[in-house]
Amino acid sequence: MKKFEKLSSRVVPLPIENIDTDQIIPARFLKATTREGFGENLFRDWRYDSDNQPKTDFVMNDPTYVGKVLVAGKNFGCGSSREHAAWALQDYGFDVVISSFFADIFKGNALNNGVLPITVPEDFLEKIFAAVFKDPMTTIEVDLEAQKVTVVATGDSYEFEINPYKKSCLINGYDDIDFILSHTDQVKEFEKTRPFSFYS
Amino acid sequence: MGKTLVEKIWDAHVVKHQEGFPDILYIDTHLIHEVTSPQAFDGLRKRGLPVFRPQQTVATADHNVPTLDQHLPIKEELSRYQVDMLTKNCKEFGVELYGLGHPYQGIVHVIGPELGITLPGKTMVCGDSHTSTHGAFGAIAFGIGTSQVEQVFATQCLLQQKPKTMKIEINGELGKGVGAKDIILYVISKTTAAGGTGYFVEFAGSAIRSLSMEGRMTVCNMSIEMGARGGLIAPDQTTFDYIKGREFAPKGEAWDNAVAYWETLYTDTDATFDAVLTFDAADIQPMITYGTNPGMGIGVTENIPTTVSQPDNERPSYQKALDYMGFKDGDRILDKPVDYVFIGSCTNSRIEDLRQVAAFVKGKQKAEGVEVWIVPGSKQVEAQAKSEGIDKIFEEAGFQLREPGCSACLGMNEDKIPSGKYCVSTSNRNFEGRQGPNARTMLVSPLTAAAAAIKGRVVDVRELI
Repeated sequence: MKKFEKLSSRVVPLPIENIDTDQIIPARFLKATTREGFGENLFRDWRYDSDNQPKTDFVMNDPTYVGKVLVAGKNFGCGSSREHAAWALQDYGFDVVISSFFADIFKGNALNNGVLPITVPEDFLEKIFAAVFKDPMTTIEVDLEAQKVTVVATGDSYEFEINPYKKSCLINGYDDIDFILSHTDQVKEFEKTRPFSFYS
Repeated sequence: MGKTLVEKIWDAHVVKHQEGFPDILYIDTHLIHEVTSPQAFDGLRKRGLPVFRPQQTVATADHNVPTLDQHLPIKEELSRYQVDMLTKNCKEFGVELYGLGHPYQGIVHVIGPELGITLPGKTMVCGDSHTSTHGAFGAIAFGIGTSQVEQVFATQCLLQQKPKTMKIEINGELGKGVGAKDIILYVISKTTAAGGTGYFVEFAGSAIRSLSMEGRMTVCNMSIEMGARGGLIAPDQTTFDYIKGREFAPKGEAWDNAVAYWETLYTDTDATFDAVLTFDAADIQPMITYGTNPGMGIGVTENIPTTVSQPDNERPSYQKALDYMGFKDGDRILDKPVDYVFIGSCTNSRIEDLRQVAAFVKGKQKAEGVEVWIVPGSKQVEAQAKSEGIDKIFEEAGFQLREPGCSACLGMNEDKIPSGKYCVSTSNRNFEGRQGPNARTMLVSPLTAAAAAIKGRVVDVRELI
């Protein structure tokens, strides 16, 4: 897994609530059998019309807003468990998603792929949106070690929470499989203690 | 202090608990399908690992399979490739596959229960968010991403933070024409699509107890639509009666042992939940969604809420949803015209759903101009429907009975609702484009869907029964 430490980037603002993973990557693009190439279809139906022409009113088609940080309204990533949503965001070039609330499965999928989901309070989210809409050149700094996100121009910052284990995975580029495999003997011992033969 | 049902099952599956780390949770059963597994199998190959416990893994092809002419090769190239890849992977890694043509094939969340694979007290996962369905049996069942599918392949375990617990109690008697789907759409309309995030929800109360297993599955299936990772219901005699005699259910002495254990699976009276919500079944009417997330639901006789009634910062998203649906503030939902009716999906494609629809439409005709697709949840459901003559009733009504699969719930195969058209659907998600680019979805119960098919518009089914 890709390592994550610090990042300084401009941002793409998407002030919409309840963005579900069907919007992030529509089901008809889930037929690939590899993890690559999903960025092309990220937010496909918001980015392109039915003739595959870019919709000019969508933020990702507006050259004013670019960056490795996506900032979105609450309950980001709800709906389907498709990890393709995290792959699509990463493949497109987003390393961080900031929202006031993330859906569980998406959050886990993002972390498992080195995409950092940062949960901030509603008012901090509003501050980011306000700063970016006022000045699209606004830069955000993310320091994972310090668990801190800062709007550089205004100096507004927030110390975000992250599970300490997941934090160390991101910083070191480890994944859960390495961790569980180091406990294989314990798993086998556990299996012997399962008294319920009717489950096999 | 006592334990909740979730805690009892969770604690019985913790291989290792360590402060500052997620638990290593043992998984009894891993269900897989063609869409979220190929990259996980690839991951195993790259690591040079086998599937650790292939006999605890079951596969089927459901998401992108066609629902017509399943005996012929799949026409769509990418779908065919993905389904072939599943077959190849299952063979290589020794996983049982109920693929196309197999009498057990079907939607993964329909076949698990009907084969007796889904049992109380189990931990079950699948790379699909509607895995919560299996919680209806008193199991911890939840959806996972593909990296986690690979984890379970490699270790039969998952690293998981113990969830918070919520109890949702629904007491009282359901009114005429109101069923399990209406209960869950009502609950989600109250909690919003995010209200259950971070929780496992135990559904309880007399209205839940009175539901059949099919109804309980419908309720638990949509737990994820309120953000909850899983939903579950304590097992009881209804549960045991459903399981007994099924293909992979315990038999003989093992059955007696199993039931003795399952009878201990309930929330202790002195256990506490992190949150409790209580609803009265009498307040629930046939429900329908008007927007683009499952929390945007109302009773069929209600009007669409106004934008100004929404919180300030949510108005743009709310207006966007209404614009997408082609609806206006304060519109009546009754009498809205309907182009398509889809009865299917892991929420409502079981034999009981089809029986209920058939009983209602018997002797009636679909409205002109409405296309009606009935997609059974599995080959077994399809066979059962035919043996009961339900297929004939549908044929006479002008409904099309198709072959099993996820179908128009997510439109991965050819079953897409055309742009701009309205579909009254028994599925679980009304997201933008879910049933096809620019398709407009209204989620309802099977009975309300059947009524819409007959009348060609949104109606209050209570007036027709």
